[in-house]
Amino acid sequence: MRALIWITEASWQACLDQARGLLPADAEVTILHVAASDVEGLADHPAPGRLGRHRPPPPGPTVRQIGEEEARALLEAAARRYGRGAQTVARRGRIEREVIDAADGLPADVLVLAREGVPRREPKSIGHFARFVVDHAGCPVLLVWGQTPPGPEAMRWPPHLR
Amino acid sequence: MNETVALVALAAALTAAVARWRWAPDWAVAALGAVIVVAVGALSFHGARTALGRLGPTVGFLAALLVLADGCRRAGVFDALGQLMAAGSRGRPRRLLAMVFLAAAGTTAVLSLDATIVLLTPIVFATAARLPTSPRPHVYACSHLANSGSLLLPVSNLTNLLAFAACGVSFTRFAALMVLPWLVALAIEWVVLTRVFADDLRGTATGVEFGPADEERPQLPRFALTVVALTLAGFAVSSALGVAPVWFAAAGAVALTVQQPPESVRSLVGSAEPMFLVFVLGLGVVVSAAGVNGLSSVVDSLLPHGSALPALLAVAFISAALANLVNNLPATLIVVAVVSASAPGAVLAMLIGVNVGPNLTYVGSLATLLWRRIVHAHDEDVDMGQFLKLGALTVPATLVAATVALWLALQVV
Repeated sequence: MRALIWITEASWQACLDQARGLLPADAEVTILHVAASDVEGLADHPAPGRLGRHRPPPPGPTVRQIGEEEARALLEAAARRYGRGAQTVARRGRIEREVIDAADGLPADVLVLAREGVPRREPKSIGHFARFVVDHAGCPVLLVWGQTPPGPEAMRWPPHLR
Repeated sequence: MNETVALVALAAALTAAVARWRWAPDWAVAALGAVIVVAVGALSFHGARTALGRLGPTVGFLAALLVLADGCRRAGVFDALGQLMAAGSRGRPRRLLAMVFLAAAGTTAVLSLDATIVLLTPIVFATAARLPTSPRPHVYACSHLANSGSLLLPVSNLTNLLAFAACGVSFTRFAALMVLPWLVALAIEWVVLTRVFADDLRGTATGVEFGPADEERPQLPRFALTVVALTLAGFAVSSALGVAPVWFAAAGAVALTVQQPPESVRSLVGSAEPMFLVFVLGLGVVVSAAGVNGLSSVVDSLLPHGSALPALLAVAFISAALANLVNNLPATLIVVAVVSASAPGAVLAMLIGVNVGPNLTYVGSLATLLWRRIVHAHDEDVDMGQFLKLGALTVPATLVAATVALWLALQVV
């Protein structure tokens, strides 16, 4: 079984812990992180409308280099946490598209991702990017919690559904 | 004829600034336009000298501020800010955003929006990535606060410097009148950004191994911070002493340059953006020519007069619209010539418009947006939809609320 685990900064540890418990020990695991190119672009040119200013960036690593370095550090830590010889992949672009492309490219037999949100029963507990991935993935999707799973006791129905 | 020449020179300078042709740099087009409007008599030699005499000290002030900000970078002020933000966040993205708000609003207010854009934003990106947390809300906050956080002081934005030179209020009175609008603008940004990016701001980042170790106390660059504080204090007492604030900025810039020598003479000159200063001077002369040849009377007939709330709101909205049509720098030059004659209220309402307005479109103006469409120079790296959404949520609300706050301040200050 080939599994792709998409991690984000917010939930990587919980996501990997749950994936390790749920995936077979002999699964071929690839851990994916996607750097948002739009955020890097904005950090590089936060206000391109400043007429007439063409100042070069200050010396030191560029935003893109910083992003790549931090992504590498995150993926290394993620591979250590998962163990079992997981592979890592860093991508850069539109997050939701890159995740789908990575899953199609492997091709993955299962795609693991973490939901955002607080431990309550409420709509929109899946973030914008995760929602897109769930809607468009061509393989089965394993949706885990972005934190330690709360368990049924901690889950409450919202008032209008009680 | 004169009117046509002046308007063509203005259009050419703006087009060159937006298009960024290699063969026709904007500063050269603006300077050539200035020479042409005087040569054909669209602006008298005396008129050009008056315009340059008025803009000269403002441009010098801007250069001193840019050099001061770059000195702060060399002294490690922004690196220290990054460490303080990381430590203050305690791993919580929402707290980090609060820290970013403090840093970006403070940097923009004191060292101008250029410092936030060029020097602080990359540090904020790195700080968020190292926490680790999604840099998205923090980078968008920097981008927005560079504009909406630039209301407080005359030094926060070049538009403010131009208006400050024209409206004749003291540095401290400017700040006293604008502190409430500034806080209102920041509050609206906070409410909108924390809601739009709620997904990114939940929880606690637990990957502490990426951040600097706890025992690593940030080394504050004391000298640079003292220089900045003294410069600010100088601004505050400038009118009481009868010394123009530009001299305090120059003294601060010299002090930091001596104590933190730049990498090279070239980098020192580059940090003052000399070509941009030429562009501003050229554009100022061209706008003066357009002004005396009819543009001023057109704008004058469009703008309401007086300091009543409806008039201030109209000035703010018209200025914001103009800033979004032709960019906020020419908008300021055009409007300030008309409103500076009336009470400072109208000038400050104009500043709310031209400073907050650019957040509506990522690229700063409709002209830039259209140009990029035409040449297919899409910012594939920028999510325009996200930016326009944030603009639509913050800009109209801020224009109204900040102008009402200004009107209230005018009643008591």
